[in-house]
Amino acid sequence: MSGDPGAGTTTRRSQLPVVAAVAAGGGLGALARYALIHVWPATPGHFPWATFVTNVLGCLLIGVLMVLITEVRVAHRLVRPFLGVGVLGGFTTFSTYTVEFHGLLTPGSVGVAFAYLGGTLVAAMLAVLAGAALTRRLAR
Amino acid sequence: MTALLVVAGAVIGAPLRYLTDRAVQSRHGGPFPWGTFLVNLAGCLVLGALAGAGAALPASLYALLGTGFCGALTTYSTFSFETLRLAEQKAWFYAVLNVVVSVAAGLGAAFVGFATVQAFVAV
Repeated sequence: MSGDPGAGTTTRRSQLPVVAAVAAGGGLGALARYALIHVWPATPGHFPWATFVTNVLGCLLIGVLMVLITEVRVAHRLVRPFLGVGVLGGFTTFSTYTVEFHGLLTPGSVGVAFAYLGGTLVAAMLAVLAGAALTRRLAR
Repeated sequence: MTALLVVAGAVIGAPLRYLTDRAVQSRHGGPFPWGTFLVNLAGCLVLGALAGAGAALPASLYALLGTGFCGALTTYSTFSFETLRLAEQKAWFYAVLNVVVSVAAGLGAAFVGFATVQAFVAV
């Protein structure tokens, strides 16, 4: 898929700024997620709103970003690694989503657990679709 | 201080996700996003294990390895975008497969990680 035959060292060297951009973006994204869960901590047995909002917002923004940099304009080669893979990848989380679901599977909050599991999935898919569709419409 | 630990974990987790995805996708050219699937699976297993340790795990280590590393290693945005791309390419089967398999396997990994470590901590 990557398609750069015989360019081993060059490719590896030119990968360094990309990896650095991903790392820097990932740190920023995770910091923003941490700030959100810090001011809006999840209470045991209740819907984890902070992670829900984080993931849905991140999905909306990746829809916007990907249309902007692949269909609307030509972006610098570090924009996608920094903002897409880094910031939004570090901001959103799949592991916290599944572990929070597991934590909610206690008598009295099983309903909340499944509402969280399905609610995040549906809202995230609608958000990425809306982000991409609205950006396409506005860019036209 | 905790915020710095989160950032430190994420600065490792995010590029590890990128490099894993590149390595996996260069070997599997098919439509299924194996790279994202694998990092999400691994992150769920590790975070499940950390959660299974409960109070035995210091809060600072949870911030570094859990919130920071696992949080940045795994991603919901790429998962949703890759699903959207499959749907836009009318690869409906793979789009649905990606959602079902990612969620089921991620939950399974989190449960296995949690139960395994909890069993050891309880001993």
